[in-house]
Amino acid sequence: MKIKMTVNNQVKIFECEPSDYLLDTLRNNNYVSVRRGCDTTNCGVCTVLMDGKPVPSCSVLTVQAEGKQITTVEGIQEEAEKIGNYFGEEGADQCGYCNPSLALTVYAMKKELVNPTIKEVKKYLVGNLCRCTGYISQERAIMKYLGDKS
Amino acid sequence: MKVSEYIKAKDLNEAYELLREDRKNYIIAGGAWLKLSVKSANKLVSLDALGLDKIVVLGDSIEIGALCTLGQIETNELIKQLYDGILVQAVSSIMGVNIRNIATIGGCVMGKFSFSDIFPVLEVMDTTLVFHKQGEVSLMDFLNNPKFEKDILVKIKIKNNLGKGFFKKVAITALDFSVINIACSKTDGLFSLSVGSTPYIASPCYKAMDYINCLSDINLESIKECANKVVEEIKFSSNNRASKEYREELAKVYISRGIKQVSNYEN
Repeated sequence: MKIKMTVNNQVKIFECEPSDYLLDTLRNNNYVSVRRGCDTTNCGVCTVLMDGKPVPSCSVLTVQAEGKQITTVEGIQEEAEKIGNYFGEEGADQCGYCNPSLALTVYAMKKELVNPTIKEVKKYLVGNLCRCTGYISQERAIMKYLGDKS
Repeated sequence: MKVSEYIKAKDLNEAYELLREDRKNYIIAGGAWLKLSVKSANKLVSLDALGLDKIVVLGDSIEIGALCTLGQIETNELIKQLYDGILVQAVSSIMGVNIRNIATIGGCVMGKFSFSDIFPVLEVMDTTLVFHKQGEVSLMDFLNNPKFEKDILVKIKIKNNLGKGFFKKVAITALDFSVINIACSKTDGLFSLSVGSTPYIASPCYKAMDYINCLSDINLESIKECANKVVEEIKFSSNNRASKEYREELAKVYISRGIKQVSNYEN
């Protein structure tokens, strides 16, 4: 079956099966910044934005994304670079595997929450696991990014 | 889950007919647990086009469409006011924000999950469920009766009550299922108590409610007695998350705290 969606502001038509998940469809079509982690909805490393909201692409059927706006980290390149710079400054950039999904979730959080506290930030990011477990430096970087109004 | 065909139903009647025609046809809610299911579906029927994702006030009730995501519920201003926001508290404690953006309240209810954080809260509020064919039924009727499995949940109705509420989830980690979850409410002078993830599905504590609602005044002794009655009445067991004894102790502590909170009790 053919499924039409918008990926990073470009209209795309993907050939897929009813059982295919968005993660596989995106990766099979060269959106390889979308990573495969636990594949069981827990780790958040496969997160993409669907109509602006973070969702685990490993658990969204491709057919469910029909007509939706999908954003991968390539779609927020400028903001992702800014977030990445803060990560670098704070020593939070470790193996990098979770960075694309974390950048997308932080980007969505900045749009959703107004001046969040560290507690609210932690709660928002509870579904994004870092295999290097360097959460403290990530928190510092994220708080600096959230305070950056440029 | 292996899916042979995905169909977007045009209306509830079509979805209902598809559901009834083959026991291997299913309705898809948010799909959050689909990946972990070993079932195979001949037809997976989507209700996405039917507008079941709205939260509205109608008469004296708040109506939550079955396809409302947990994220929608969590951020809804009306639901934040309901019973001190206990439904929002329960929903926002479930997994991460990305899962809550796809998981729906309809899926959570129809799954009848024993670890559900939503059932204790719905049980202490004045909640009914509206099904496509069988109409409006009480939450407890649904929980105690398998006949609704082949019907379609359309919405959840909660009386728009500004009663007091308390919710507590105890879990080993933020992403884990509950070791236990407890909800209390007080409306028009009457307490309502429920305990879930015992590890069985949430159940109202009828005998404890009868006890405390017959008292003209509550004190520390009566609160303690009520908590003991909860433990006597509700079936607790051990599993890999916690022992029966630990769950019983947690239940006593949080039922007591809940009663104190909803009754503004000060020692």
